[in-house]
Amino acid sequence: MSLLGMTGTIIKNLCAGPVTERYPFVPKEYPAGARGKVNIEINKCIFCGICQRKCPTAAITVTKEPKTWVIDRLRCISCSACVEVCPKKCLALDVKYSPCSVAAQKDSFLPDAGTPSQTA
Amino acid sequence: MSGRTVIPFGPQHPVLPEPIHLDLVVEDEKVVEAIPSIGFIHRGLERLVEKKDFVDFTYVAERICGICSFIHGMTYCMAVEELLKLEIPERAKYLRVIWSELSRIHSHLLWMGLTADAFGFESLFMQSWQLREKILDIIEETTGGRVIFGSAKVGGVRRDISADKLQDILKKLRSYQNQFAEIGGVFLRDATVKHRMQGVGVLTSEQAQVLGAVGPTLRGSGIAADLRMTGYAAYGKLGFSPVVETAGDCYARCQVRIRELDQSVDLIEKAAAQMAEGPIEVKVAGTPTGDFFARTEQPRGEVIYYAKGNGTKFLQRMRVRTPTFANIPPLLTMLGGCQLADVPVIVLTIDPCISCAER
Repeated sequence: MSLLGMTGTIIKNLCAGPVTERYPFVPKEYPAGARGKVNIEINKCIFCGICQRKCPTAAITVTKEPKTWVIDRLRCISCSACVEVCPKKCLALDVKYSPCSVAAQKDSFLPDAGTPSQTA
Repeated sequence: MSGRTVIPFGPQHPVLPEPIHLDLVVEDEKVVEAIPSIGFIHRGLERLVEKKDFVDFTYVAERICGICSFIHGMTYCMAVEELLKLEIPERAKYLRVIWSELSRIHSHLLWMGLTADAFGFESLFMQSWQLREKILDIIEETTGGRVIFGSAKVGGVRRDISADKLQDILKKLRSYQNQFAEIGGVFLRDATVKHRMQGVGVLTSEQAQVLGAVGPTLRGSGIAADLRMTGYAAYGKLGFSPVVETAGDCYARCQVRIRELDQSVDLIEKAAAQMAEGPIEVKVAGTPTGDFFARTEQPRGEVIYYAKGNGTKFLQRMRVRTPTFANIPPLLTMLGGCQLADVPVIVLTIDPCISCAER
């Protein structure tokens, strides 16, 4: 039975400095394989719509005419179901999350359009 | 004799991470009776089996609980695999053991922190959660998620762990064992902690058995019952024997959990040593037919998944019996006759997970 069992640990902690990371001053390092946001190489996409059918939260909408691939970032749970089923392997999970959404918006991807456009 | 007063405890209370309401009938400072009411966070997840097919429902099952998410997903998959008559590969079984034990370690460390916070030992709370953070990092490295593992799937597991990574994890876990001992020692030897836990909230082994206690609550009362003894996944090959304490008080339940930390590390070591290379999943074919009860051991105790299939891709019925629900009647017995100031500690020693219990 001791009264000050924690003292050694506390003294060690005082010498060691804070354990928490100094985010955002020091950027967070994500491990390889972390499940972040879904990225698409839109020019490889054949708009088959398998990812849309397999998405458990119905976050992805694919249309063939016109060719669009739209993702609702707030619905996406980064489960990687779409990445696993993509026949052209044009989908991939980034290790980072997408930036915080301030409104209910969707990221739309069109072939040869470069960066995605955001729609409400 | 003084009159009786009813004091409401919860659903919002500083020690409760989740909402449960107890009406405490007190005489002076002594609790005579506790009347529970639950249902504040019912989400109706079981009904979703009618809308999500049996493969997609794994994602929902994982989200029943934020702490034992992997074991929820795994148990659901075990039930469906039985309905589909699927035999999953050996390596997947070992990987399931490794992730189950990692979630047990992080759950017990979380519990240690919350309990330390409940009896006002802030630095011990911080220390426990600092350790838990390191376990969460291992989980993130292996599964890609910190809380929702997302690695259980019908027919096996989603990801593999390479041999190098496994050795790296084992090295880390062995180094954390010293810290488990350091923190555990404070719980088990410090006079202030013992004063709050020893002889408080006693549940005898007869009461534990009659009231249907599960998990560390049952094992702290001297009954060697643990679902891992049944040998599901790869537990049958790991020489598992449960941790048992006999005192039945809050201290005994704490001892069980602290000893289980080391036991989990040992199980991961054994699983890593025995695991052979091979496939991690089998192809899912057919639709679930018939019904089955899958039972596994979560950090909080036994979880039961009942699944009934009718030959379509949607299950006809799904029911979950979670450990916290089974531990509420024993909790009420423990609370009878205790001091009002001991209520938070007693409530926490069953490790209540209310969002599990209500789904």
